[in-house]
Amino acid sequence: MELYDGPLAVKEIFGRWLDEEAESNYGAYIPFVGTIRAEDGIEALSFDIYEPVLQAWFDTWQKKAKALGAVVKMAHAKGDVPLHQSSYISAVFSPKRRVALELIDAFVEDFKANAPIWKYDVKNGERIYAEDRSTPMDGSGLLA
Amino acid sequence: MIKVEFLGPIARPSLEMEASTLVDVANRLKEDEELVSWLDKCAVALNDTMVNDLTTRLKDGDRVSILPPVCGG
Repeated sequence: MELYDGPLAVKEIFGRWLDEEAESNYGAYIPFVGTIRAEDGIEALSFDIYEPVLQAWFDTWQKKAKALGAVVKMAHAKGDVPLHQSSYISAVFSPKRRVALELIDAFVEDFKANAPIWKYDVKNGERIYAEDRSTPMDGSGLLA
Repeated sequence: MIKVEFLGPIARPSLEMEASTLVDVANRLKEDEELVSWLDKCAVALNDTMVNDLTTRLKDGDRVSILPPVCGG
């Protein structure tokens, strides 16, 4: 798992991941790249990350992937990411396509639901929590 | 004494309190009107491990994290 201050260098990161797995004999690679779209007058998106829980979440997914003979990788931005740049990359490397297709779907969906990352719209230089696009994590409401 | 920290957009300073279980933490946090509106949508971690059981025992020096709704990517 890789975290960066600001936007991701997608080509460098994914190129390096390809190099890392070049001799691993995987038959299918699937990257997922998230970029910042221009909408609702935003200048950028901004991210807070709680790294200890994110690392534990990612470690669980690495174990799930390993059990399927696959590998998952991810990189995410911290702080501000301007329009049209990337905040998130993940990839699955697996022996066969079906495992890779299913794993990238499950991994990215669970990432959206349970990775401890908070998103803010940046408008007029101000960070505004993207509450309406955010999802309560599994187990939320325990203290209510 | 345990420490309660509020992550991301909750943007509140940490609290220290006496608590033997998460029930004690819940009762204390519910005294704060501003926090009550967060509690039904927040998850909880104890020393960086997610927890789902209110009866979880706490010990001196434990750190409870309150995690509001997320949106990575």
